[in-house]
Amino acid sequence: MKAQFLQGNEACALGALAAGCRFFAGYPITPSTDIAEVLARQLPKVGGKFVQMEDEIASIAAVLGASVGGLKSMTATSGPGFSLMQENIGYAAMAEIPCVIVNVQRAGPSTGLPTSPSQGDVMQARWGSHGDHPIIALSPSTVREAFDLTVWAFNLSEKYRTPVILLMDEVVGHMRERTELPPPESIEVVDRVKPNVPPNWYFPYEETSADVPPFASFGEGYRFHITGLFHDRAGFPTQRLDEIQPWLDRVFNKISRHEDDIIRLGQEWVEDAATVVVAYGATARSAREAVKSARQRGRKVGLIKLFTLWPFPERIFRRLARQGKRFVIAEMNLGQLSLELERAVGRQRVQGVHRADGQLITPDEILEATRRRRMR
Amino acid sequence: MRREGHQAYQYLRHDKRFPNMWCAGCGIGIVMGSLVRAVANLELEKDRVAVVSGIGCTGRMPVYLDFNTMHTTHGRALAFATGLKMARPDMTVIVVMGDGDALAIGGNHFIHAARRNIGLTAIIVNNSTYGMTGGQVSPTTPSGKLATTAPYGNIDQSFPITELAKAAGASLVARSTVYHVAELDRLLTKALQKKGFSVVEAVSYCHTGYGRLNKAGQPVDMMRALKENAVTVNAAAKLSASELQEKIVRGVLHETDLPEYTELYDQIIAQAQAQAQENQP
Repeated sequence: MKAQFLQGNEACALGALAAGCRFFAGYPITPSTDIAEVLARQLPKVGGKFVQMEDEIASIAAVLGASVGGLKSMTATSGPGFSLMQENIGYAAMAEIPCVIVNVQRAGPSTGLPTSPSQGDVMQARWGSHGDHPIIALSPSTVREAFDLTVWAFNLSEKYRTPVILLMDEVVGHMRERTELPPPESIEVVDRVKPNVPPNWYFPYEETSADVPPFASFGEGYRFHITGLFHDRAGFPTQRLDEIQPWLDRVFNKISRHEDDIIRLGQEWVEDAATVVVAYGATARSAREAVKSARQRGRKVGLIKLFTLWPFPERIFRRLARQGKRFVIAEMNLGQLSLELERAVGRQRVQGVHRADGQLITPDEILEATRRRRMR
Repeated sequence: MRREGHQAYQYLRHDKRFPNMWCAGCGIGIVMGSLVRAVANLELEKDRVAVVSGIGCTGRMPVYLDFNTMHTTHGRALAFATGLKMARPDMTVIVVMGDGDALAIGGNHFIHAARRNIGLTAIIVNNSTYGMTGGQVSPTTPSGKLATTAPYGNIDQSFPITELAKAAGASLVARSTVYHVAELDRLLTKALQKKGFSVVEAVSYCHTGYGRLNKAGQPVDMMRALKENAVTVNAAAKLSASELQEKIVRGVLHETDLPEYTELYDQIIAQAQAQAQENQP
């Protein structure tokens, strides 16, 4: 493919189209609006549909309705809109409706700094909706990754019948860089599994060996019920303990048993490293610079760039900790994913580099942290 | 008559869902009956009908109906249904809501669904209260009436559902009561056929919550009040504003022919594809 000078938000929109997204509902909000603008223009060209809804709550609701109607669906927003979407993200998890929610993070809380980057919604992505449910969240650090991870977000949401959150940030969203997109025929696209049994035998919430029951669309002859209440295998409300616990087990299993498929990260110079810098999103760009200059000075510093934030790659970090490695984690918040890392490897092994004032973390700040002898 | 022979039989989910969860004497089941008869009258294919609801007593209606059914979050049924209708314009998408669901938490979605004139049939069962949670004040509780959260009397004004729907751009606006069942059947049949956004307000009552607090009597008394207070559109035209104050005007209140949203969007698709074709070298 020809190289293009592409913006992260544009790449996200193009990734959605490549993944087969045919419905977008959204509400304008900086710094995510370009995604809606590109899709408003491009979706009808491929027979897809775009609607600007009255708010973000309606946007995610329309996305879920369209997904139930059989279309791959997405919305895009930023912090304030993401907060509004939380209830219906929980509905998507409960009703197991595939969808992709893009959050181009800006500094918060509240209206915050609309045009400045942040990674302050990492914990909200995990715990923002009430009640216990698993979630998948991905984070790109380059324009090309914005494309690839959007495609992958759709694939995971279809494969596991779950909402997938793409946590971009203002820098990755607004930044333009030279980008080569993959040839269309090389892109792997996953579609949800449809039932192949007669309607009478279909149970939309059945236990299956893959932990993910097939999902019929409305209007295909499988008349079933969808609810945000706890439900039995047919989808009807239940209060029976012997139906609630198996549901919880299954939806957690469908993510945890497939972590090898869901967790992706990039490693550079990790093998012999004494200190591993952990970063994601725009911060991973600074982290890579820091690690490169440490290596140039002969210091044994490595890099782990996370693509999957949730589920957190706990086992991988535990294994590295057992080898005696220490960790520096850099993120544009006052300590969110660092808490998970500390939980996995112990606080004494983790040095955090944090800022939440809307400024990027510089390579020097990260380099400085790798030099500190005592971790706390 | 054997129950299998009943007109409604094939439209209900018998095996698991009944008896229903509504209080004995509730009007919601009457609206459900009307809806079933309207679908049956039009011989709509069950696979092609979707019923979407929000939260509350009326929100529980879809579970009993053998269609494609979705019980969504509080207030958001119309927004879910908007996405579904855009994905499947060929389906008949019916949205059932209570007054709190449609007009308080879902008020914004209600006016915007009407503004888009998207092909949904919105049925609002108006019982003037939050029944599921036990009789709190709702957007349609009349001024001065009691509610558990208005223990000294309601000082809010009641929302005029039908005027709101008309002003916001709905194609069809109608109202009847759970006493006037034959009319309700007709209005729902008409609404299901109407292109664009149609709204049917089914005035009901809640004897358990609202009725007890306001000493409105038993279901039969509340039903009688509906019968006595309702006037047809034609009769209402002859009454003065003050005479109409306590009345429920029933019938088709507004009807117009406007372009439907998913049809307009199909034109957008055609236009975008034609442009893309032109720009190709």
